Amino acid sequence: MPAQLLTGWGRTGATRAEVASPGSAAEVADLLGTAGRRGVLARGLGRSYGDAAQNAGGTVVDTSGLTEPLELDADGNLRAGAGVSLDTVMRTFVPRGWFVPVTPGTRQVTVGGAVAADVHGKNHHLDGSIGRHVTRIRLVTPTGTHELRPEDDLFWATVGGMGLTGVITEVDLRMIAVESSAIVVDTDRTPDLDTTMALMTEGDDRYRYSVAWIDCLSSGRSLGRSVLTRGDHAPAAALPDARRADPLRFAPRTVLAAPPWAPSALLNAMSIRAFNEAWYRRAPRRERGAVHGLAGFFHPLDGVSGWNRLYGHRGFLQYQLVLPFGQEDVLRRTVERLAGGGCPSFFGVLKRFGGADAGHLSFPTPGWTLALDMPVGPSALGPLLDSLDADLAEAGGRVYLAKDSRLRSERVRAMYPRLEEWQEVRGRADPDGVMCSDLARRLGHLGAGATGGIA
Amino acid sequence: MKDALGRPQSVAVFGGTSEIGRAVVERLVGGGTARVVLAGRDGAALENVATDLRHRHGARVDVVPFEAEDRATHARTVEAVFAGGDLDVVLVAFGVLGDQTRDERDPGAAAGVVETNFTAAVSVGVAVAEQLRRQGHGALVALSSVAGERARRSNFVYGASKAGLDAFYQGLAAALAPEGVHVMVVRPGFVKTRMTAGMKPAPLATTPEAVADVVVDGLGRGAHTVWAPPALRAVMVVLRHLPGPLFRKLPV
Ligand SMILES: Cc1cc2nc3c(=O)[nH]c(=O)nc-3n(C[C@H](O)[C@H](O)[C@H](O)COP(=O)(O)OP(=O)(O)OC[C@H]3O[C@@H](n4cnc5c(N)ncnc54)[C@H](O)[C@@H]3O)c2cc1C
Repeated sequence: MPAQLLTGWGRTGATRAEVASPGSAAEVADLLGTAGRRGVLARGLGRSYGDAAQNAGGTVVDTSGLTEPLELDADGNLRAGAGVSLDTVMRTFVPRGWFVPVTPGTRQVTVGGAVAADVHGKNHHLDGSIGRHVTRIRLVTPTGTHELRPEDDLFWATVGGMGLTGVITEVDLRMIAVESSAIVVDTDRTPDLDTTMALMTEGDDRYRYSVAWIDCLSSGRSLGRSVLTRGDHAPAAALPDARRADPLRFAPRTVLAAPPWAPSALLNAMSIRAFNEAWYRRAPRRERGAVHGLAGFFHPLDGVSGWNRLYGHRGFLQYQLVLPFGQEDVLRRTVERLAGGGCPSFFGVLKRFGGADAGHLSFPTPGWTLALDMPVGPSALGPLLDSLDADLAEAGGRVYLAKDSRLRSERVRAMYPRLEEWQEVRGRADPDGVMCSDLARRLGHLGAGATGGIA
Repeated sequence: MKDALGRPQSVAVFGGTSEIGRAVVERLVGGGTARVVLAGRDGAALENVATDLRHRHGARVDVVPFEAEDRATHARTVEAVFAGGDLDVVLVAFGVLGDQTRDERDPGAAAGVVETNFTAAVSVGVAVAEQLRRQGHGALVALSSVAGERARRSNFVYGASKAGLDAFYQGLAAALAPEGVHVMVVRPGFVKTRMTAGMKPAPLATTPEAVADVVVDGLGRGAHTVWAPPALRAVMVVLRHLPGPLFRKLPV
């Protein structure tokens, strides 16, 4: 097995692991049975930002060989190998009129990785996270192979369980029918955060998809100014003539590639500010019914391959939080402190979450979610985010484990009140603590004594 | 695990009562590092440091007896240091200054300085490297000295031992980089400590606390060599290339 240095998408905290690439569930079971002291972990396309898909000194199961099967029945029930990417799912099935029920901001994630993080999309306020649309999981644990359904505890410990219950090898997912590969979009440019939140509160339920891009660098009166885009799948009849002939055409391309090297200063306070300014000005003040392609609407960043390298060798992190409704003041204060904290942030994204999801460690909970990319470097960054975490925990909020790379372990319990329940279910599937990740070591959430490997 | 900002959760120090080692631990623990292992010779002094860290910072502190001169025990000691779980930062901070006048004339005394500062640092370094390799992450920090940069009339026995240590850890840095392990060599100038008490401070003299700042900053950046104070880097570039006859006339 080749050893490899691995990081998450933020390119911080590299650690070394033996990487195995099994081609079947049986080979996965063998790997779990012969695990060394530092355990095993599945890894998809490494799109989690921090250390969730790393296992220092242990074995990492690269799932890219688990691509069988890939089938869709007439009712839109998808059966996919855990290593299949959402990109492949969409390229294969959008032209046949089926779209994934939930997509994150990039198509370059695996089905297994999406379930393990219980990802959410721009439709969470109506449709919840991906776990709600999953009907079956095949999970290989150190104690055996399980066919899990939503009535099983282990199902909900695995959905959002960040790979720590076992290796998912297959997923059944209910897809949604679409008439076209386009989205009808309404855009509003808002002058400040209050206007943004008021617009979203009042109108989000009329749209399947909603997201506000926030300029997190402007302060004072324009604090939190945003570009709000909301939309729905376009009926074939709504398409312009040119596209009507082939309404389901879906062939997104990468238009740009970031250079393999990049000066660390490329994305710095000044360039980030300039970008935010330009992006805000470019957006129409108010536009109704514009027709956009799926890829441009959902995955604009996929157009630039390797954009994470633009942050230079020290990498970057994403801070994504959710605050319950009623805690808008805390959200406002958070945006204020981020705008004034001397730590530039690129591309803030604000969404509204709907009902809570059933995964023990699922991130979404009814409220506001804010996500920001920030370059590592300013020494004020750690203390700033630590203190925001404190406010967040007190207000009943939490940070997203799939994005996290710096949360302090003492905060997890407050942020994830179902942690003990999860530990108990996980403990039955993996009594010796074979499943392990750097995230789990850092957050100590495998329970006492298991921070270095198998207890 | 250290986090994305390079902040470690655990640290171990070989030479647990060294003032620089202690200052580094203070800085880390103040910044959130929760677990400390102190390995050293003077049990009572170590216990005092441990108690202080526990009380003031609520840190979890373990103490392990460590004797630099007793090479046969190193492998076992290092194992004991790692017994409580992963270590994110390991500091090799033990050493002696020696007595130049005596060491120049007494072969046993000179060899003793080299034995502690170089041989033991190599033996401990190899054992620690093996543990860090196994865990697939972590940082190893060795305290070298500007005295190792260019041997000086006034302390060349000490300087030679540090030059050896410095070269060894630089090589180790290259060997461990592909293993996910970061090695950093620290080159302090004159530091006001017990070791230098009563000596006339050299230009750019610094304190253990200032060295600790440099170490913590270097860890965050993933630096391979740091100088304390940082200005010494430029000074030493000049001194290193000064012709011998001129260098020997300098009051350093
Ligand atoms: C540009 C960008 C935008 C994003 N936008 C969103 C968003 O809008 N919403 C959102 O929710 N997330 C978003 N994410 C995060 C991303 O969706 C998740 O991190 C997702 O888990 C990545 O999938 P992956 O296949 O790359 O998994 P990895 O990053 O490789 O792994 C993530 C976790 O899943 C586990 N895992 C992976 N495969 C398996 C398996 N087969 N069995 C068991 N466990 C497994 C790993 O152990 C790890 O804990 C975004 C990420 C990027 C880079």
